[in-house]
Amino acid sequence: MKRKRLNTGFKMQFMLLFSRQGKLRLQKWYVPLSDKEKKKITRELVQTVLARKPKMCSFLEWRDLKIVYKRYASLYFCCAIENQDNELITLEIIHRYVELLDKYFGSVCELDIIFNFEKAYFILDEFLLGGEAQETSKKNVLKAIEQADLLQEEAETPRSVLEEIGLT
Amino acid sequence: MRENSSFFLVLLRLRMPAPIRLRELIRTIRTARTQAEEREMIQKECASIRSSFREEDNTYRCRNVAKLLYMHMLGYPAHFGQLECLKLIASQKFTDKRIGYLGAMLLLDERQDVHLLMTNCIKNDLSHNTQYVQGLALCTLGCMGSAEMCRDLAGEVEKLLKTSNSYLRKKAALCAVHVIRKVPELMEMFLPATKNLLSEKNHGVLHTSVVLLTEMCERSPDMLSHFRKLVPQLVRILKNLIMSGYSPEHDVSGISDPFLQVRILRLLRILGRNDDDGSEAMNDILAQVATNTETSKNVGNAILYETVLTIMDIKSESGLRVLAINILGRFLLNNDKNIRYVALTSLLKTVQTDHNAVQRHRSTIVDCLKDLDVSIKRRAMELSFALVNGNNIRGMMKELLYFLDSCDPEFKADCASGIFLAAEKYAPSKRWHIDTVMRVLTTAGSYVRDDSVPNLIQLITNSMEMHAYTVQRLYKALLDDVSQQPLVQVASWCIGEYGDLLVSGQCEEEEPIQVTEDEVLDVLEGLLASSLSSTVTRGYALTAIMKLSTRFSGVNRIKKVVSVYGSSIDVELQQRAVEYNALFKKYDHMRSALLERMPIMEKTTANGPTEAAQTNGEVEPSALDSKSLPSVPQPTGQVNDLLDLLGGNDVVPVIQTAPPTKPVSAGGELLDLLGDLSLSGGPAPPPVAAPPMSVSQPAFLLDGLSSQTLFNDVAAGIPPMTAYNKNGLIIEFTFERSNLNPNITVITIHASNSTEAEMTEFVFQAAVPKTFQLQLLSPSSNVVPALKQGTVTQVIKVLNPQKQQLRMRVKLTYTHKGSAVQDLAEVNNFPAQAWQ
Repeated sequence: MKRKRLNTGFKMQFMLLFSRQGKLRLQKWYVPLSDKEKKKITRELVQTVLARKPKMCSFLEWRDLKIVYKRYASLYFCCAIENQDNELITLEIIHRYVELLDKYFGSVCELDIIFNFEKAYFILDEFLLGGEAQETSKKNVLKAIEQADLLQEEAETPRSVLEEIGLT
Repeated sequence: MRENSSFFLVLLRLRMPAPIRLRELIRTIRTARTQAEEREMIQKECASIRSSFREEDNTYRCRNVAKLLYMHMLGYPAHFGQLECLKLIASQKFTDKRIGYLGAMLLLDERQDVHLLMTNCIKNDLSHNTQYVQGLALCTLGCMGSAEMCRDLAGEVEKLLKTSNSYLRKKAALCAVHVIRKVPELMEMFLPATKNLLSEKNHGVLHTSVVLLTEMCERSPDMLSHFRKLVPQLVRILKNLIMSGYSPEHDVSGISDPFLQVRILRLLRILGRNDDDGSEAMNDILAQVATNTETSKNVGNAILYETVLTIMDIKSESGLRVLAINILGRFLLNNDKNIRYVALTSLLKTVQTDHNAVQRHRSTIVDCLKDLDVSIKRRAMELSFALVNGNNIRGMMKELLYFLDSCDPEFKADCASGIFLAAEKYAPSKRWHIDTVMRVLTTAGSYVRDDSVPNLIQLITNSMEMHAYTVQRLYKALLDDVSQQPLVQVASWCIGEYGDLLVSGQCEEEEPIQVTEDEVLDVLEGLLASSLSSTVTRGYALTAIMKLSTRFSGVNRIKKVVSVYGSSIDVELQQRAVEYNALFKKYDHMRSALLERMPIMEKTTANGPTEAAQTNGEVEPSALDSKSLPSVPQPTGQVNDLLDLLGGNDVVPVIQTAPPTKPVSAGGELLDLLGDLSLSGGPAPPPVAAPPMSVSQPAFLLDGLSSQTLFNDVAAGIPPMTAYNKNGLIIEFTFERSNLNPNITVITIHASNSTEAEMTEFVFQAAVPKTFQLQLLSPSSNVVPALKQGTVTQVIKVLNPQKQQLRMRVKLTYTHKGSAVQDLAEVNNFPAQAWQ
């Protein structure tokens, strides 16, 4: 796993969302890793973060990365950033994502993310791209999602029974 | 006919139920009460999905892949869905594409060739007439595009970077960042498109453009100089952000677009680095941000933090730097522990360059030692050590010793080491130094590194005026607590050395205590018997008792103890006791000389783990400096007699270092090692006026030899040699020299066995001429496997200060096919590079 990656030190490498029991709710990887490696990292990191006490700060050093995490209700939001990156602004990124989810789902809770995980991904992908923020306006992100959802609905206009069973 | 077949198909379809919906599946799986139950459900559903895939069912492919993605997140394999994702991406329906691209990002991996099949779809979608489809393609490429994909599609990305559609432009910018990261040579082609990026009003485009520019400047010095001209424009944009009124769209707790502010600050940092003009142009705006940003919430502090980092990295004027450090100082007082953490990290980075400025915050930093968070405590500790100097040593040490008392075990070792180092560098007086070291030993004695024992012994020996005080304090410490081994070892050693001072009540520094010889011996014997004492400690105690035979008046008790331990179960103690017994009996005339006060030891390295760990700072009594024995001329000759006794006029026996728990014993080991070498006739020593053994046995032990890493930077290239090859036993020597001490050669022996039977109880011993010193570490094992199936290795360290030609005598003993084998050999064919 020790790959020599030329990096400038400012990148977000991955984001994980997991419950207090350690169940994964979302995983977004911005670096190429095998499934096996991802599972290993996830397992280790989840264990490490869950072992933290409430009085500890939101940052920890893990391997050669910095981990920024914050708990919102029953969900842990956990980002891995590189060494030169700014931990405090990463906390703001996490917070912005939670705000977006909250606006979209209306008082978001873990169940929303469980049952609509694909939407959670879509929202994340309108906010971050390649680990960087692509849009800093909350309104614009939500607008884009709204439009895309509309497009999706249009594509699924009510079908006749025959359509449903694939005959026309 | 056609109607018939359609009708037939309708029947078929009606019979097959539609695949269960995604949310239905999630609900069902969540009802599983055990892992096994869940697995069963999943397997059932996977089977149904698989058959659905096999039938090339377009209608439900999307639903099935979505379900597969859910199961994948639970940890189940989903690779059979990879191709299906590709089919979804190729579909015309937006829903299909949305799930297809998501699936590709989750299931596909650039390491597998199958991902390349995406390339064409992405290419088409990049020029789709719906911007949301284009967006999906850009997002996927920018998240997981492989180098090949990036090469193929860079042109499309570059085109989109020039579009007026800000929704696409911002995505294209970040996609370009990814392309550059994957294929740095493509950076040039994006240069033209960057021309007007910063004139954008749209914050999304601005933000991503700044990210793109940052990436290009970091990767290429040419780009960096090209983009330096953007500094004024960046300064203007930043100024507008700060000065502009409330903008609801980008506001975060009263601050306008903090994300963009931070990114601009970062780009300014890169542009201003090593550039006077650039740094000057941004001076004002940095000061403005530093003083005007609201600090009550994390978001403001995030900006301040980035500002501080920028100020410290560019060529800012000193006033600005002081401002930056003061911001960090204020951070340290913040209630938010995240802010405190970040401050300590930054201060640690700047403490070397801006030492005085950081010193001003010393007391706040020291307060952080009491923080509850482990990371904060650790940083505060490191920073505290960095700030210690001759002026504040007393105050700082008080705090650090208090910290050592109360901190978690994980810190104790590092803290103790740090204290020793600081004490050594800045101790205001010898007494203070000894007191400090003693304090560490009594509070954190079990955590100190092994080398602290010999280091402390050396320190004590060299502080001649403090001997009485030291031995008294150590004696009192022993009365309190005998559980901390390093303390007990140092104390035993001291009592053995200075016991006479102890009983004579000579202490000047403090009230002398009244203690009798018997009381001292009680304590030492107590150590020997105590279950708390390690083997090493017992060795110290026994030797100390022995030494007291020349310092105390009553020798009989000592003789008794020594003879009792002559039958100790512990081999190490037994050996010592037997040898000391011999000293009483056969060599009594030498005893006082051998057990004389230690000379001043030459200080070599102050820190670093040393091989002394294995020898516990014990010095061969034979290593006496004739200079420090002016009053006893005779013993010198007698010492040499002892050596010559062992046979051979020019051979000096090796100091065998056993595994760490076994310290070197005083004299007997010499007898043991070469006793039956029969190199000369009988035991009677001819009087020899040979020069005395060279000094610095301690120097050898303490000069930081131990860790093999010292030899990593050696340009060795010394050819190996076969030292011995007889009866199927082959011993090869490989060599390493140290850049740090050219007098040392490290030889590793590799013993292999070409016979069909293994050689057990294999023992390798060596002896070198008098001008050399030799140290033998423990072997990797005692069994040399048959038929060269493995080797036994052992490390020999040779000190050759006079750069004489290296010669060695080796003695090999082992058991082979039931019989004991013994052989002696001379090794003379050492390569010149090994000793020159």
